[in-house]
Formats: sequence, C-alpha cells, structure tokens
Amino acid sequence: MTSTIVVPDHVSFVDDAEALQRAVQGWGTNEKGIISILGHRTAAQRQHIRLAYHELYQEDLVKRLESELSGDFEKAVYRWILDPADRDAVLANVAIKKLVNPDYHVVLEIACIRSPEELLAVRRAYQARYKRSLEEDVAAHTTGDIRKLLVALVTAFRYTGEEINARLAKSEAGILHDAIKDKELNHEEVIRIVSTRSKAQVMATFNCYRDDQGTSITKKLLGEGDDHGTEFSKALRTAIRCLNDSKKYFEKVLRNAVKRVGTDEDALTRVIVTRAEKDLKDIKEYYYKRNSVPLEQAVAKDTSGDYKAFLLTLLGKED
Amino acid sequence: MYHESDDLFSLKLHYCLQVLSSELTHRKKKMANGSEALIKAFSGIGIDEKAIVSLLGESHPEDRQNFRKGCRDFFIEDERSFERWDDHRVKLLKHEFMRFKNAAVLRAMHPWERDARLIKEALIKGPQSYGVIVEVACTRSSDELLGARKAYHSLFDHSIEEDVASNVDSSERKLLVALVSAYRYEGPKVKDDTAKSEAKKLAHAIKNVDKKNLVEDEEVISILSTRSKPHLKAVYKHYKEICGKNIDEDLTADLIVLVAVHCLCIPQTYFCKILDASLTNNADKKVKKGLTRVIVTQADRNMKEINEQYQKLYGVSLSQKIEVTANGNYKDLLLTLISRGK
Repeated sequence: MTSTIVVPDHVSFVDDAEALQRAVQGWGTNEKGIISILGHRTAAQRQHIRLAYHELYQEDLVKRLESELSGDFEKAVYRWILDPADRDAVLANVAIKKLVNPDYHVVLEIACIRSPEELLAVRRAYQARYKRSLEEDVAAHTTGDIRKLLVALVTAFRYTGEEINARLAKSEAGILHDAIKDKELNHEEVIRIVSTRSKAQVMATFNCYRDDQGTSITKKLLGEGDDHGTEFSKALRTAIRCLNDSKKYFEKVLRNAVKRVGTDEDALTRVIVTRAEKDLKDIKEYYYKRNSVPLEQAVAKDTSGDYKAFLLTLLGKED
Repeated sequence: MYHESDDLFSLKLHYCLQVLSSELTHRKKKMANGSEALIKAFSGIGIDEKAIVSLLGESHPEDRQNFRKGCRDFFIEDERSFERWDDHRVKLLKHEFMRFKNAAVLRAMHPWERDARLIKEALIKGPQSYGVIVEVACTRSSDELLGARKAYHSLFDHSIEEDVASNVDSSERKLLVALVSAYRYEGPKVKDDTAKSEAKKLAHAIKNVDKKNLVEDEEVISILSTRSKPHLKAVYKHYKEICGKNIDEDLTADLIVLVAVHCLCIPQTYFCKILDASLTNNADKKVKKGLTRVIVTQADRNMKEINEQYQKLYGVSLSQKIEVTANGNYKDLLLTLISRGK
C-alpha cells in the first residue's frame, strides 16, 4: 500500500469537528481550513470525525459540507469524506444513471480492481443506499453482451489464492485467441474466463496469450473492431487492463484527464480520491516515468482554486 | 390283550405329537415372521438397526437359511446349492446404512460448508443434479449464499462461479452462474410497475420459446438472478393476473427455470414436493437424497411452514409419512429434526 496522504501523529476527533464547524459557520466558508483537516485524515478517522460532529452539533457533516461548498471542490470533498465502500456505490450509481454516455469504465474499475471483499462491501453499501442490488441496476440499464459482461464482473467473488494452473492458463489463452479471431467474438467464453477466474489465474492467462501470440490481448482487441461489437470490445479491453495492471490503467486515465481540452475533473477526482489511500504513490511514480512530469505539476497546471489545493493535498503536499 | 395302560399310552402319545406339531408350526411361523420382519428391517429408507440386532443376533442358522430362501429380492439360488447375496442389493444396502451417517455429518456441518459441498457434489454428479445448485442458490439468504461462496474458496480453491462456468457446458450455464453469483437486496421495497412489466417480459419469452430457449434468454436470466425475492413474488403474482395461470404451468419444459421460480417465489411448496417425491416407493436414488438434504438444511429455518404446507398439500403429516417410510436411527433423527418446527 502506497498511500500519499500525510496524517499527523495525534488526532482529536472532537477538535477536528469543532474546527470544521468554525470553518463552515457564518457567512463565508473557510475552504483552506476544511482542506487542512480532512485532507490529512484517514478513512477511519474521517468516519470518527463525522460521528463527533453529529454528537456535538446534531447535524450530518456531509450534508453541511454539501450545502456550503460548490463545484468540483464540493464533489471532491463529498467523495473523499464518504466511507470507501459507500463512495464506490455512489460512483457506480452515478455512472450507471448517465443516460447519454454510460460510464462503463467506472463500473469496470470497481468490479475489476477492488478485492473480492471490497467489492462485496460496495454491493452491501449500494443496497443500503439505493434499496436495490448493484447487479439489478446494472442489468436494468444495459442490454446484450455489455450487460452480460458487466453483471458477471460485478457479481464475481473470485478465489483469492495465488496458485496458478499453467496448463489451464495455456488452454484458456487459446480459447481467448479463438474467440477474438472469430468474427463473432464468442462472448460467452470470454466473459466466463475474464469474470470467474481468480486474478492470479487470469493474469497468467493474459501472459500466456502474449507469449503465444507475440502481442498483448488488449492490442489484439484494439485491432479487431471497427464497429462490430465496439462497445463490448471496448469494455472488455478496459476490464482486461484493469485486471492486468491497474496502476498503468490509472496512469492513462490521469494522462487523458489532464491532456484533454478542458480537464476531465470527474476522472481526475475519481482516481485521486479513490487511490490516495491505496497506491497513488506508485501511480505517481509511474506517471512521472511515462510523462517526465510530476503528476502534481500536471494537476496544478490544469486546475485552480480550492479544488486544486485539495487535490494537491491528497497527492501528498504538506501544508 | 387289552390293557388300560395302552389307551393311556396312546393318549399321551397323541398329546405329545400335538404339542410337538404345534411347536413346530409355531416355530415355523416364528421363523417366517422373523424373515418378514428382517426383510422389513432391511427395506425402506434407512435401516432398522434395533430390529436387525435382535433378529439377526438371536437367529439360528436355520432361521437365516429360511430368510435367505424366502427372500428372492436379496438372495439368488446359486447352482452350487447355496443362496448368495445379490451384489446390486448389497450396494443399495450400503447406501441405506450410510443414510444415518450422512444425515448426522451433514447436520453437524457449518451451514456454509454444507452448502458448498452440496454444490460441489451436484456439479460432479452432472445435469440431473443441477436442481440442487439452483435450490441452494435460490433458497438461502444473501449472506448465507455468500458464506457458501467463501467456504467453497477454502474447500476447493476455486470460486463457485468458476467451477460452475467451466463444468457446465450446456445451455443452462449462464443461468446457473448468474444464480450462484447473486447478492440480492433483502428489503421489502418493491416497484410494482417494474414487477408488472417484468411479468410481461417473462410471458413474452415463454411465448417465444421455440425461437429462443428460456434458459438462454437474457431477460429471463437477468430477472431471475438480480431481482430481490419480494420483487419476484410480485412478478409471480402479476404473471397469474396477466396470463390467467401460474407461471409454473408454462415452465414444464424448462426444468431449471421452473426450479428457480419455485425456489424464489414459493419455496415451501418446492420443499414439500422434494420431500414427497423422496418418500415415494421406488424413488430414484438421487431423489431419495432430497429427504436428508431438505430436512437437515431446513430444520432450523422453515420447518414449521414446511410441515404446515405438507399437510395442506398431501393431507397427511410429514412425520406420519416418515414414520411409515423410514427406518431406524435415520427415521428417529429425521423425526427429531422435524419436531423442531412444531
């Protein structure tokens, strides 16, 4: 785990709650004060602060912040302050509901990068919040092969052992190869392999594929579809990239987020907020290697104000 | 020369002969009764251990000879003048002796391990046992099914969905994988219009069954594997209102879908049907196993409702039926488990 956030040695939740109250009361809001506290607390600590705040002021800190803050900063703080499983549930729901251009990759990230227990926690949090199961909503908003792939990935409870069956990896790499070669892209087998095998096993399968075919499976999928099964093969590629090397995947998301004309704040916020306490440091290093520019610099160039200050704090900037 | 003692002697002789004859008859009858009782002790579901101890234990060689000669089902007359056990019958007896042991072991097991092993066994046995996979996936609570999935990891080093997906190569695969992967919402909230429209979707799929198998129909799979149970019960109700009959009657050709619908919407009826089938004479070996499975897994959960439903459906109490059909320790264990629901 390579967390980037900087946490003081001693933390008092009551003091924090009081300081936050001072930051939001009155006419204006002291955003810097909010950042200086919340940006330096772990997930567990943030939950304690919420409790303390509620004890002291009979108010939900989250709701208060929602009303006091605005824009990208508010979205970022809202996601940050939620418990990780709850956060993922919210992200998934927002992504699914986007009618025009549904964000499959958000759901794919959650399904493929979280550990089986974490994914389970997300499913529970989703039920608690929305009174429906995650898979129900995914199924209701998708059709065809995309639906099959997403529901399978979201409901998986993969075995977590590290053992690899080399013979099986080879044979399933062959199945994947045949499936992609076929004009029909035999989705059933592909979905089966990608969504049920343990992570160690499926990665071994992808490695076998690369060894046998001389090219990575994701590159092969890129070459295949002009428009045939585009949505499906796109989603499949994302899933495979998430399973294979999540840090590389996130580096690309970040790179695209800052590169675009007009930054993709949603993506930027999502990656930084969800990975800050996990492996953001590794992602930063990878980003630097790939782009010769520190991630903080790219973020600073493309964002401004409190939103920028908050992201930089989560990236590890000390006050 | 006539002596008075001659009459006395013949009287005595006559008397002795009568006693001897009735003794022999009595003896023959006892042996015959003993044979009948022994056959009974070896028949039915489970073995009557006590009866066997006393009958076989106290028997003379001639009694056992009579038993063997009188029981053509169990013994074959060999050309070399002896009666030999029928091998197939011995094999069947092995299963009957094991029934108590299996029930006891299953009962002592953690419910998660129990369900994981039931699924594994069904996968190994093949398509005729896939109904058990559906039963476990659909009648357990969300957390119980989850527990089974965890236990499966520990026991078999694979996930359930992985093994189901790679072992089932028939058209039922997708539905089975989807059912074992579910983590259904368990609250009471149901959107009635959605339930109604999904009942219509099911009706539509059933109508078009010659174009697309129900088990492979995306909508059917989605509805059955992602919706909550209260929601599905509402769908069941709406189907009846829309089509004028219960969805079961339209599913007779799609066994797995039928089992899923039963387990999700009318589980008590489902369990009663399994129990009744297992208590029928000459039931198939697999069908008989349903007796242990259902009673052991439901004893702490729905036994009361199952007892009531059984009485309602078949007009006789479950315990009565078991009293008549099962034997020995196995019978006693089952009756004890059932009485928890009274």
